[in-house]
Amino acid sequence: MNIYVLLKRTFDTEEKITLANGKINEDGAEFIINPYDEYAVEEAIQVRDAQGGEVTVVTVGNEFAEKQLRTALAMGADKAVLINIEEDVAYGDQFTTAKIISKYLKDKDPDLIIAGNVAIDGGSGQVGPRVAELLGIPYITTITQLKIAGTNVSVTRDVEGDAEIIETSLPLLVTAQQGLNEPRYPSLPGIMKARKKPFEELELDDLELEEDDVAAKTKTIEIYLPPKKEAGKVLSGDMSEQVKELVQLLRSEAKVI
Amino acid sequence: MARKVLVLGEVRDGSLRNVSFEAIGAANLAADGGEVVGVLVGENIQTLGNEFIQYGADRVITVEDEKLAQYTSDGYAQAVLAVIAAENPEGIIFGHTALGKDLAPRIAGKLNSGLISDVTSIEEAGGNLVFTRPIYSGKAFEKKIVTDGVIFATIRPNNIEPLAKDESRTGDVSSLRVEIKDLRAIIKDVVRKATEGVDLSEAKVVIAGGRGVKSEEGFKPLKELAQVLGGAVGASRGACDADYCDYSLQIGQTGKVVTPDLYIACGISGAIQHLAGMSNSKVIVAINKDPEANIFKIADYGIVGDLFEVVPLLIEECKKLKLNV
Repeated sequence: MNIYVLLKRTFDTEEKITLANGKINEDGAEFIINPYDEYAVEEAIQVRDAQGGEVTVVTVGNEFAEKQLRTALAMGADKAVLINIEEDVAYGDQFTTAKIISKYLKDKDPDLIIAGNVAIDGGSGQVGPRVAELLGIPYITTITQLKIAGTNVSVTRDVEGDAEIIETSLPLLVTAQQGLNEPRYPSLPGIMKARKKPFEELELDDLELEEDDVAAKTKTIEIYLPPKKEAGKVLSGDMSEQVKELVQLLRSEAKVI
Repeated sequence: MARKVLVLGEVRDGSLRNVSFEAIGAANLAADGGEVVGVLVGENIQTLGNEFIQYGADRVITVEDEKLAQYTSDGYAQAVLAVIAAENPEGIIFGHTALGKDLAPRIAGKLNSGLISDVTSIEEAGGNLVFTRPIYSGKAFEKKIVTDGVIFATIRPNNIEPLAKDESRTGDVSSLRVEIKDLRAIIKDVVRKATEGVDLSEAKVVIAGGRGVKSEEGFKPLKELAQVLGGAVGASRGACDADYCDYSLQIGQTGKVVTPDLYIACGISGAIQHLAGMSNSKVIVAINKDPEANIFKIADYGIVGDLFEVVPLLIEECKKLKLNV
């Protein structure tokens, strides 16, 4: 089975966000594999171990993403591909990323593509469905279970808390929801092996793409931080009096109940 | 700049979802005096057209087929693409719901268009339609415009005001015949679990529990309070990881981002990842034993105390309130 994982390098969830020159300040920030993409890597490894085949992890980004790709290799993926757009694309959006990934995958005959359902930085959740559309294959988003028998696939999809059981077939793209699995930590031997696994770096030229082919369809005109929330009123006194006071405040001051 | 804007309505259990009325409100802003056309896809939905118009659509197009009885991206994409081809709109608005998140990127992708997801406000500025949306799970915001193709947007529930319902409004409800080809993915079964009544992402009131809830059993009083206030129950990652509840309830940087009118955090310490998922709620109440808990720093009202003492008292008080109304 030919399995591809779409992976994004993102800010660590612990990070506070600050701005520098109107942009998100990345200086000194810690970066991780997008948490939903970690589920994708884990699922891909489990499918490969059960069905045979190969897991290739693909990222569109800059040279720094090598670290996250190596982590995925250390978890057990077989190959990594970094499509480095640093020099070619000044401003990209989800169209840009999806176009590049689908061009890369077009002649690879993927059986299964797994992505995270959303990245915790941009938060758009568009790239998975866009890639599937561009490749002309079906997709199922926010999955919590994946069962494969031959080319038949049974998927459980989380729909705002309800579960849909869906039958479909390979080739297929799925996006991972929390609960799909428990991602493993890279083992020490895994980390050693990862250094020697195939790591390919490509640029737009290698994919026969021009900057214009992937030009963004949207533009960010401003980034700002939300107003800092001030601490409010902590109540005191007898507990039942506090609760009465709270209900009164919610009713007459905040007007929310 | 007047634009023709489509709105995909979303039907659940035979009724239009509230987010669809908000989407009509959003489309009215986006249309800037142009026409707002509601789109309804499904089976036996003809009767919902008038309600869509009463909430502000100028007219409604329905696409009905037995293959559209349940949402699938294959079926709905064919239906919506046919409407777009017939209407040639400048913009199209979806709810940022399971359906909208699944469908909008595919259709935008098909039409080589820009899509702005998870929009919380819309304004017209300098001839552009400017969309505001949270990034980094609400730790920051960005303003975006679509520069090429049809303008696609999905709007986050609870943020854009719907127009007032006007029962005297009338408009044309017409149906479009679309040949729906075979679906590549078939829904065999739907297991209803979390959503007893109110959907978490659309709820006006959210009662959330953290590690302080201590067990699955410990969520009971929270559920009762949610029921009394007509709200939904949520949870912190800590509570989900400890198996007190299903991951579908998780609120935070991973999990759901919610913006209800009232958020009551019970036994939640307030890790930065959790705050990302709820700090834009309108009013936040914190109930925690630890007076130093981080959650008090962003709460509008706080009670330092044991949630198992406070929540039952709160249930009683809220019940009294309902009796007095």
